[in-house]
Amino acid sequence: MIPRSARGRMAVDRTIKVLSTFFSLLALVALGWILFAVLARGMGAINLQFFTKLPTPPGMAGGGLGNAILGTGIITAIATILGVPIGLLGGVYLAEFGADSRLATATRFTSNVLMGTPSIIIGVFVYTILVLPRGQFSGYAGAVALSIIMLPVIARTTEDMLALVPNALRESALALGAPRWKVTLGVVFRAARNGLVTGALLAVARVSGETAPLLFTALNSPFWPESIMRPMPNLTVTIFNYAMSPFADWKAMAWGASLLIMAAVLVLAVGSRIVFRQKST
Amino acid sequence: MIDEISEEIATKPVVSEHAGDEKIGVKISVKDLDFFYGSTQALYNNTLDIFGNRVTAIIGPSGCGKSTHIRVYNRIFELYRGQRVSGAVLMDGHDILSPDQDVIELRRKIGMIFQKPTPFPMTVFENVAYGLRLHYKVSKSELTGRVELALRDAALWEEVKDKQGEPGLALSGGQQQRLCIARAIAVEPEVLLMDEPTSAIDPLATAKIEELVEQLKSKYTIVIVTHNMQQAARISDYTAFFYQGKIIEFGRTKQIFTKPAKKQTEDYITGRFG
Repeated sequence: MIPRSARGRMAVDRTIKVLSTFFSLLALVALGWILFAVLARGMGAINLQFFTKLPTPPGMAGGGLGNAILGTGIITAIATILGVPIGLLGGVYLAEFGADSRLATATRFTSNVLMGTPSIIIGVFVYTILVLPRGQFSGYAGAVALSIIMLPVIARTTEDMLALVPNALRESALALGAPRWKVTLGVVFRAARNGLVTGALLAVARVSGETAPLLFTALNSPFWPESIMRPMPNLTVTIFNYAMSPFADWKAMAWGASLLIMAAVLVLAVGSRIVFRQKST
Repeated sequence: MIDEISEEIATKPVVSEHAGDEKIGVKISVKDLDFFYGSTQALYNNTLDIFGNRVTAIIGPSGCGKSTHIRVYNRIFELYRGQRVSGAVLMDGHDILSPDQDVIELRRKIGMIFQKPTPFPMTVFENVAYGLRLHYKVSKSELTGRVELALRDAALWEEVKDKQGEPGLALSGGQQQRLCIARAIAVEPEVLLMDEPTSAIDPLATAKIEELVEQLKSKYTIVIVTHNMQQAARISDYTAFFYQGKIIEFGRTKQIFTKPAKKQTEDYITGRFG
């Protein structure tokens, strides 16, 4: 037998190392570029008026996106209120009760499918069940669309986080005579609390940048939000409209709105990491 | 007299006499217990009497069914699909495996301590108060008193009286295990099941827990699964030797360790296998 040459092996090793480093840097550069571009172009649009004023017609000085910021806040809040409890309880079923039952397997599969479903399809779906029958776009329909997108994310992270809780903890609470629901809510949830909060925050971050589903549901509006049953102003559709407009001041507004959303998502993502790393008491 | 016990006990319940004129009753009587994990049988025809206010040690090599056996007493095995049991476990004459047995009340009467300490993710005080609140209506002042009492009985009070507001997980391993004991005895059980309670704990903390077991048996009936034969010899009054899901021998600890009746028992305690 002739020994393999060490030189060849080391060359391959070095090549792989260089290639993988190069591509990870490439990904980092792309991300940095986006951050930089949005920051550089968006900063100029951000001032007090941006947060407090209504949009102005093109060419008119001043104005802001106060209504869209408020609208996005309302839609996201309602979506969270709708999506978190359902997703959480679904995750509890998967981790604590369903285990390998047929219903649990089906739920897991459908939530995986739902997670991979393009958000525009969810927008069209909600359009047909909530917008068409009433003949009107509404903030409420937008919130429902976003909550559907949140559902599988929350359900699966909840399941994963509850699975990390050692079984001995469940057993010792049960062995003390606690009923199953009390064990889940009082002991298991407490042990998994940080993970559950992280999951919810990430789900909020995931939907706060969604545009397509809102285009079919909440639409947009140049006025202050008055009712969740009517079209509701929001940042992402505003970006979509303004970025495609021919007006320089609207384009600047779109950059400002992009910066705001990016910053919000960043805060949510970083915040969730901090929460997750905290020691649970 | 003593020599005869072990042979008999495997087949029929025996009320042993104890030093002095005190009478000991049978607290738990296990009859023809078979246990299955799915289609795999783990326990065969277990018949055993657990005497009240005594410490019974269950010994045997890994995988012989020691833990499986005591997990039947509080029906914790029912948590898992596919685990089933046949036979009878009589506690004070009532079959706890019968469908009309209230499991919650059963688990109040039979506390369990696990291999690894399992403090709940809450304060020391809340850990002990958890079970109390589950089973009793207690006023706040009574709760404080009950928690103190349980912590004292678990020989933990002096160490934690000033840190009852701290997380239970902040205590040392041995303290955590005594916290779990305090939590279990706070609800005033009659029986304590201990599933290798010292196997994850350092020798000094183990000594403390062994001492505690000695004290607790005046109030509770204790069944302790242990890998450590010295421990069984030190703290138990009775010992059951399990092998491959069967109870090979059961009798007074002293007798099991000095004059075992079965060859397998002797081989195991002398370290020839296991």
